[in-house]
Amino acid sequence: MTTGAEGMRLLWLATVIAGLTLLLGLSVAVGTRSVGWSDVVAALGGASGTIDQAAVTVRIPRTLLAGAAGAALGLAGAIMQGVTRNPLADPGILGVNLGASLAVVVGVAWFGITSSQAFIWVAILGAGVTAVFVYTIGSLGRGGATPLKLALAGVATSIAFASLVVAIILPRADIAGGIQSWRIGGVGGATFGAIGEVTPFLVGGVLLALLSARRLNSLALGDEIATGLGERVALARATAALSAILLCGATTAVCGPIGFVGLVVPHLCRLLVGVDHRWLLPFAALAGACLLLAADVMGRIIARPNELEVGVVTAFIGAPFFIWIVRRQRVREL
Amino acid sequence: MITHTLAAKALSAGYGDTVVLNGLDLDVPPGRITAIVGANACGKSTLLRAMSRLLSPHNGQVLLDGKSIHHMPPRQLAKMLGLLPQSPIAPEGITVADLVGRGRHPHQGMFSRWSRGDDEAVAAALEMTKTAGLAERPVDELSGGQRQRVWIAMALAQRTDLLLLDEPTTFLDVSHQIEVLDLLTDLNHSRGTTIVMVLHDLNLAARYADHLVAMARGRLHVSGPAEEVLTEETVRHVFGLDSRIISDPISGRPIMLPIGRHRVTAEPTGTGAPLPYSSDNPQKEDHS
Amino acid sequence: MQASSIDIVWNGRASRMRRRRLVIGSLLTLVVLLFALTLMLGQTFTPPGEVLRVLFGEEVQGASFTVGQLRLPRAVLAVLTGLSFGLGGAAFQIMLRNPLASPDIIGINLGASAAAVFAIVVLQMNGPAVSVFAVVAALGVAMAIYGLSFRDGVAGTRLILIGIGVAAMLESFIAYTLSRAPAWSLQEAMRWLAGSLNGTQTSQTLPLLVALFLFGGLLLSRARDLDTLRLGDDTAAALGTNVAATRIIVMIAAVGVIAVATAVAGPVSFVAFLAGSIAARLVGGNGSILLPAALLGAVLVMLADYAGQFLLPSRYPVGVVTGALGAPYLIYLIIRVNRSGGSL
Repeated sequence: MTTGAEGMRLLWLATVIAGLTLLLGLSVAVGTRSVGWSDVVAALGGASGTIDQAAVTVRIPRTLLAGAAGAALGLAGAIMQGVTRNPLADPGILGVNLGASLAVVVGVAWFGITSSQAFIWVAILGAGVTAVFVYTIGSLGRGGATPLKLALAGVATSIAFASLVVAIILPRADIAGGIQSWRIGGVGGATFGAIGEVTPFLVGGVLLALLSARRLNSLALGDEIATGLGERVALARATAALSAILLCGATTAVCGPIGFVGLVVPHLCRLLVGVDHRWLLPFAALAGACLLLAADVMGRIIARPNELEVGVVTAFIGAPFFIWIVRRQRVREL
Repeated sequence: MITHTLAAKALSAGYGDTVVLNGLDLDVPPGRITAIVGANACGKSTLLRAMSRLLSPHNGQVLLDGKSIHHMPPRQLAKMLGLLPQSPIAPEGITVADLVGRGRHPHQGMFSRWSRGDDEAVAAALEMTKTAGLAERPVDELSGGQRQRVWIAMALAQRTDLLLLDEPTTFLDVSHQIEVLDLLTDLNHSRGTTIVMVLHDLNLAARYADHLVAMARGRLHVSGPAEEVLTEETVRHVFGLDSRIISDPISGRPIMLPIGRHRVTAEPTGTGAPLPYSSDNPQKEDHS
Repeated sequence: MQASSIDIVWNGRASRMRRRRLVIGSLLTLVVLLFALTLMLGQTFTPPGEVLRVLFGEEVQGASFTVGQLRLPRAVLAVLTGLSFGLGGAAFQIMLRNPLASPDIIGINLGASAAAVFAIVVLQMNGPAVSVFAVVAALGVAMAIYGLSFRDGVAGTRLILIGIGVAAMLESFIAYTLSRAPAWSLQEAMRWLAGSLNGTQTSQTLPLLVALFLFGGLLLSRARDLDTLRLGDDTAAALGTNVAATRIIVMIAAVGVIAVATAVAGPVSFVAFLAGSIAARLVGGNGSILLPAALLGAVLVMLADYAGQFLLPSRYPVGVVTGALGAPYLIYLIIRVNRSGGSL
């Protein structure tokens, strides 16, 4: 029943929003350093006199970044799964994140790029080139771009690029300080400035994504049917892919490669709100924000007094999920 | 040459918890060609796999010369029973002669060198399958029919008394199908090799088999010479299809003509019995 | 029987044997040559005469330390780890009928290094105990991957993807363990994790030698049976191979030899993968690729280590060099396999 389903969706939406609010608060209040409530409240009010208050102040941009990045990645994952009709699609698995990362590393190491604006553009370029590359390789041969072949092309590219990143960075003591962040992404060290730089790109990506929602619904029925329904398939694909690339590229430029969020979130959301992209996309964004915030909080708690990058936590949660989906794929699809 | 006997007794087998074969008995006549036919999923491949020990039975036994094959060392079994499975894999770039040579594996222990006898077996196998001219070519460059002959050559190089083949003709052009079946018949006549093959083409099975086995739903429905087995009743039971059996003017064996809902005329040559129905032409057809 | 067909068979086999002997002979020569070269050339050049004298135990001014203490242990370890990785990698690729199913890609190397990192950092273990721990852990990972990908038999692509998923989890685990060990600087950890022969001592040679002898011997003894697995499980069984037993033995031996090498040198990226795939192309269908892959592994490690030390603009650990080499080859291989219509 439509009203029943609508009702359920609204209920889930409310739940997710509530969860998000809770996590936002948690992210500010909890961290590698235990802080009392009075300090938290004071810091939120703008005070940063004591160390504890300063610690909380630092957490605010971090929280915002985690939320924004999570939303971007969740959304990008949902779009990728829609465009490629591949339940295994995810910016990490398809190598797009590492492509962005490699591009930035090359830019910094060989071309001496320093401005964060340039970082973002280079990352987006890397993401785009990698997406095309992986899709081309995965489509070669019998059967075209089947889910397993595409995933395999993507992970092989990821692995290859990861080696190259290490090879380029390792001897560079000058940039090696940030060495780990180019292999596994994290939201530590976030600043309002960085967030400001990346916001226009994220907003652009989100808008483009939401506009593509209806098109993704048609694409889900298959290229032939979509064309029959009057959809311009190539254009729809291109705009949707572009939004995903903008979102991934910008996020990776600031945070480094964070994987598995784009894989897990859309699947869970589909279970809750169904496959209509007009609901799925916004939901994926909100749920993605929740997931990343939760992962970041976890990363700060379990590795006290150090912190674990968010990319490490998402990999640990997401990988079993990935394995589970792979197991369910019918091999005959090859 | 000793002729080995192969039989299945009260064989129940399947995959995981599914039972495909249900208490099946089969005696394979030694020195003859046996063909197993039946609808998809009736268990014919399962039977072959169970008889070649690729599958462990839940119940019952497979007996080679009266002894259970399940406790025999694999090498010893491989010297007596050869199998050509459904989708054999040819490693990239392997030549025909090399692949056929793999058939000598059961005869070569861990440290033994290639003997003259091995070479002779390979050469004989190549000649019999008429693939000697292809000896140095890579297998992946060959046509379907040629490749199948090469796989048969490998099984021949094994020099076994019994040869089991799982759908050896399924993906081949009709000319290659005949080629393979003729080759197997040559083998049977010249060496007395007992052949058991699963075929999906009922008519080719009837033509080439000395002993025809029809299976349905995991059980043996009927077995015997083609004339006895290939009846309209069998076809109805095994395939769920109405048919007319006539005598094949080429081989003298029975041939099955399927009867569907369309394209059925009133005057078949043969038994002349009235047809069950004819939906295209409720009245007598106008032959124009 | 015509005399000509038996001649064809005999000639064909003879020429295959010749090609195989040529490949193995060349690789063996290359190994010896590189070994000698790395003993002679370094920051300084030590003439062959002096090298030989040091090898025979003489005290030679200036050379004894350089050759005896620095270069020799490193060269020996390079050869041993190369042999181990090459052997283990090839065994897996043959058994799983897929060049991408290499233990360094599907996470088995990571299993060994995760165990090694855990043992060294958390359990404060040292020496052979670490190797044993690594072997057990790697075996566990191998079984887990195999078990997880088993669904009506093992399908290539599924196994590889699941292996990569497991690898991702293991990397997380390693990162977590390292985060609890501030003593190891992140850069140092990265070096070890990429695979490095720095700071190797002769004490580590013995366990590796034993492992190589034991596990390697086991593998080579099963080489023929392993080779029949390339024809498919059914055909191999039809030819008299005990498929299940062969698989288990080969898996244990391959994982064993790789895990010990990893415990010593870290997971040297892609050596197992490269050695196996390139050996397969050199040898073609002519017999087992185990030996050629082992030799090729030794060549790769020696070359990469030497290049990383002396030939590149800055010092790289061996694993980074092999990683940079393996990366494009991996992509090239996927393109090639997909193009030829092969299903992985």
